[in-house]
Formats: sequence, C-alpha cells, structure tokens
Amino acid sequence: MQKIMVCIKRVVDYNVRIRVKPDGSGVMLDGVKMSVNPFDEIALEEALRIKERGTNAEVVAVSIGVADTQQQLRTALAMGADRAILVQTDQPIEPLTAAKTFLAVAKQENPDLVFLGKQAIDDDANQTGQMLAALWERPQATYASKVELDGGKARVTREVDTGLETIEIDLPAVITVDLRLNEPRYVKLPDIMKAKKKPLDVTSMDALGVSPAALLKAVKTEPPSQRQKGVMVKDVGELVDVLKKKGLI
Amino acid sequence: MHKILIVAEHDGKNLNPATAKCVTCAHAISGGEITIAVLGADTAAVAAQAAALAHVKSVVRVDRPENAHPLAAAFAPQIVALAADHTHVFGPSTSFGKDLMPRVAALLGVPQVSDLMTVEGSHRFKRPTYAGNAIVTVEADPARKLIATVRVASFEAAPAGGGATVESKSLSVTLPTHTRYVGARSGSTDRPDLQTAARVVSGGRALGSADNFKLLFTLAEKLGAAVGASRAAVDAGYAANEMQVGQTGKIISPEMYIAIGISGAIQHLTGIKDARTIVAINKDAEAPIFEVADVGLVGDLFQIVPEFEKLLAK
Ligand SMILES: Cc1cc2nc3c(=O)[nH]c(=O)nc-3n(C[C@H](O)[C@H](O)[C@H](O)COP(=O)(O)OP(=O)(O)OC[C@H]3O[C@@H](n4cnc5c(N)ncnc54)[C@H](O)[C@@H]3O)c2cc1C
Ligand SMILES: Nc1ncnc2c1ncn2[C@@H]1O[C@H](COP(=O)(O)O)[C@@H](O)[C@H]1O
Repeated sequence: MQKIMVCIKRVVDYNVRIRVKPDGSGVMLDGVKMSVNPFDEIALEEALRIKERGTNAEVVAVSIGVADTQQQLRTALAMGADRAILVQTDQPIEPLTAAKTFLAVAKQENPDLVFLGKQAIDDDANQTGQMLAALWERPQATYASKVELDGGKARVTREVDTGLETIEIDLPAVITVDLRLNEPRYVKLPDIMKAKKKPLDVTSMDALGVSPAALLKAVKTEPPSQRQKGVMVKDVGELVDVLKKKGLI
Repeated sequence: MHKILIVAEHDGKNLNPATAKCVTCAHAISGGEITIAVLGADTAAVAAQAAALAHVKSVVRVDRPENAHPLAAAFAPQIVALAADHTHVFGPSTSFGKDLMPRVAALLGVPQVSDLMTVEGSHRFKRPTYAGNAIVTVEADPARKLIATVRVASFEAAPAGGGATVESKSLSVTLPTHTRYVGARSGSTDRPDLQTAARVVSGGRALGSADNFKLLFTLAEKLGAAVGASRAAVDAGYAANEMQVGQTGKIISPEMYIAIGISGAIQHLTGIKDARTIVAINKDAEAPIFEVADVGLVGDLFQIVPEFEKLLAK
C-alpha cells in the first residue's frame, strides 16, 4: 500500500436550512456555510487509519471545485492528508465529469485505493465512485462499513438494503464509504498550523483534458411540496381514536 | 419510439417489489415499450413473475453461474450488451440499483439521472436534491441513451395482469474476476419489509438501548408493522443498519409512519415525506418532527408505548 487517493467535495454544510431561489435557478449559496461532504470526512479518516496502521501510505486529497475549495482541502490536510490537489473550475460538475477528472488524476498518481463518499449531500447523486471504477476498469466496493486489507486484496463489508454483504476485491480499487465505517477525528489547532505548510497543487480540467460541459440540463429548481399541519392529541386514548377514525388501526 | 429496459432486482426466488415500481415509472413515458432484464443463476421463477406484470412487453433472462450474486462489476457489462437497442435503462433506487446503474452509465459514456420522482417527458424528470429540500427538473439529451434510477417511494407497484414474452439470452461478454462475493448477513426476515410495509414503527436515540428498542418490536408486531430507526439509533447500536430511514438510509412511503423518540432532522424527514400519515411521539413539544406530523402526542415514550399497546389489544 503506497498511495491512497481521497475525493473531497465542498458542499453546503449539513446543518444549513436549504432555501430555493425565488427564480427557480437553484438554491441560495450566498453567505452559506460550506464544509467537507460528511461522507468524505469518513473516507479520509479511513485512509488515514490505513496509513497509521503502519503501511505509511501517502494520502492525497483531491477536489474539483471553485478556488475557495482550498479551505476544505486545508481541512483535509489538517486531518492528516499528506498533500492535496485542487482541480479548479467555476462550473458545477456532474458525477460523470467528476469521475473522468478523477480518472485523469488516478492515471497520474497510480493510487492503490481511491476512497470517495457514497454520496454528496448536495446533489445526492450517489454515482461518482461507481463511474470512476467503471472508467478505470477496476473493482468497486460501495457503501463500505468495514475495510480489511490483505496484501493486494481488500475485504469490504457493505451496507445493503437487506443487511450487510461482504465482497473481496483486487487492488487497485474504488471504495465508497457509508456512515458506520468510522468516526472522523477532530482537527486540532496545531494541525491546522502544520497543514498550511503542506503542498496544495492547483490544476485545471483543461490541463487534465476533461471537458467541464454539463450533459444534463437543470431546467428549474423548486421547493418540495409542504405537508399540511396536523393535529395534536392530548393522550394515548385520543391518539387511538384519531387513528381509528382515519382507518389506520 | 422509446424502448425502456428495466433491470430486475430479485433474491433468486422472488422479484423485489421495487421492480414493479420501476415499471410504473417507465409506463409514465408515453409510447414506451418495456423490457425487463433478469440476471441470475437460475431465473425461471423470477422471470415468470416479471412477465406477469402489467405493461411489460418482454422479459429477457440471462442465466449464468457468475450471476448468482448481483456484483455490479459483473452485471454492468451484461446490461450494457442488453441495452444496445434501448433508449432508456432504468433500475431501482435501492442499494442494488444505486450500486449498479452508475457503472452501466459510465461504461456507456452517458450521465445518469438518480432518483426519478416524476416523469415530465421522455427525457425530462423531477428529482430530489439537498435531502429532498430542492426538487430539480432535469432534461437529458434525447440523442443519448438515458440511464436512471427510480425513486421507488414515488411510484405505486405495477399491478399483475401482464403476459410478456420470456426469452433466454446468452451474452458473449467476458466478466471481470477482480470482484468476488464472500457472504451476507441479513436481518430477521419474519418481520414485514421496511420498504414495502404499509405500516412502520420507527425509533430514535431516545430509546436509549438495544434492549429498550425491543419495545418497538412488540408494538410493531401488534400493528403488523415493519420497524425502522433514525441514524442516531443505528449508530448507537440499538438497531441494525438496514433499518435506517432517511437521506442516506431508506426512503419509504407507508400508509402510516409512527416516529417514536425521533427529533425530525431534515436527513430523517426526507425518508418519510411520502408517508400517507405521520404519527409523532416525542417528549419535546418543540421537536421538528411535529412540523410534519399529521398526529402528534407530546409525552414520555416509555409511558406511551406500553399504554398504546394495551389499547390496541382491546
Ligand atoms: C451526512 C448525514 C446523513 C444523515 N443521514 C441520516 C439518515 O439517513 N437518517 C437519519 O435518521 N438521520 C440521518 N442523519 C442524522 C440526523 O442529522 C440526526 O442526527 C438524526 O436523525 C437524529 O436522530 P434522533 O432523532 O433519533 O436523535 P435526536 O435528534 O437526539 O432526537 C431524540 C429525540 O427523542 C426525544 N426524546 C428523548 N427522550 C424521550 C422520551 N423518553 N420520550 C419521548 N421522546 C423522547 C427528544 O426530545 C428528541 O427529539 C444524517 C446526518 C448526516 C450528517
Ligand atoms: N466535485 C467533487 N470534488 C471532490 N469529490 C467529489 C466531487 N464530486 C463528487 N465527489 C466524490 O464523489 C462522492 C459521491 O458524489 P456524488 O456521486 O455526487 O453523490 C463524494 O462523496 C465525493 O467523495
């Protein structure tokens, strides 16, 4: 295990209440708190644990996004990544385009493992890791809740609808992580200082030979339909009455 | 004409109801001709179930030993081969479909539209983003194949009453050997399935322990309900991972959802928006769950649940 690549997306913080723009052109992002996609923190944590378990693999954090994405990459460096690469672009990037971009980076870096989040909490697409694995013609293990390395192989336990499934994959491979894989560490102040000195290279889609053009058109964005306000009942007896009246019990 | 290929989900014996929901979604595309692809080791029984669904024109079976377990790396190139003369390829937004379909899309070099909620046209759909807080209408290029997953909670299952043809195909596709199935652990199967149950009882962090969580199993049994959980309850080990409801768990649409000791974080609410009736039991009158509940009761679950059970028994 020599090198692990981790994809880090800058997204609206999960605590922010999302508001749709009145003109339907998207969601309001002005002045909104941005963070590392929560799943990507878990992805990075797993890479760091593999490094610290004695493999001493180099951990490279990669992101595609606007110039300010350097903030999230600095967070990744403060958590413990060795270096970072920002593929800078102002365009919103679709999963297929992100996958093509990560493929170009992977071809330069030759990692043994690429970790991604299972989904980005902004587009909720749940695609990029699978697409990267397909384009790279390598195995994918999605929704990982346990990763065990064994030489040139990995045994990955996956969270699936029916419970847990275990598969074995040959490296290099792509792993996308689920919530229960680990609990990411907190960043300490001295680490933030140290992170400032770690290398962060900025490149472009153009340099990697990938077109940023969107293949899908977002016609409009609207808020979801609201549920009607319900009734409050005062005790269990009344609850049972209401449910009976609704024909539910 | 639109030719829509639906990738069936099954366990070797039974067709998963998610497939019938994909059929309803595909049927909403006017002038669409629907084919269901069933991949497995021996798919005779499942293919017959698929052929019996309304609106389905044909079923193709691809039986080979390597298909015994649905590994995306092995399934994807086969789906690509089957998709050659189709305009659309749909799979369900389940862990099976979400794992597989993007691999298919990337092999075909086309984007995927995830979680179709409504069909606005043959290449125009609505889908949720930001945990369901922003609904986007997306349009895909009709000149390309359209790959999508169908948000199963948004569609009713297609009824029976079809009589599709069934054809077996052998594909000359070399399958990768870099991915191997090892085993699975599935939760108790004697309880109703969370994704298709008409009633769901769900518990949160407030339950406090795996032992206390059993209170909900008893209540659910009385109601004939499936049991769900919040992320906090799963993370704490009170409930199994497959019970998680929400943005990153299961998206469900039961007739009745009873949330017990769940605060109602947006990530949880996105999983239950399509429930017909939401009942909330929480000791905090300010809990956000009450903003979406049809029926709310403020109080201590440890008093309410046993009392509720007693009244149900009557
Ligand atoms: C990336 C990401 C993805 C996520 N995905 C999901 C997801 O898919 N599903 C999900 O559920 N969450 C998800 N979450 C987590 C979510 O943000 C909340 O943290 C979680 O839903 C809280 O669970 P809870 O309601 O059980 O716990 P809490 O928020 O702690 O709520 C417990 C509730 O119980 C009530 N209570 C306490 N004691 C009693 C009592 N004795 N009787 C009655 N009521 C009582 C309290 O008033 C409180 O409202 C996600 C978070 C992130 C960051
Ligand atoms: N622009 C991006 N920059 C960095 N990582 C990304 C980007 N887009 C997607 N990813 C990675 O892919 C995962 C899944 O994203 P998605 O397919 O959009 O749901 C995320 O959790 C990230 O790890």
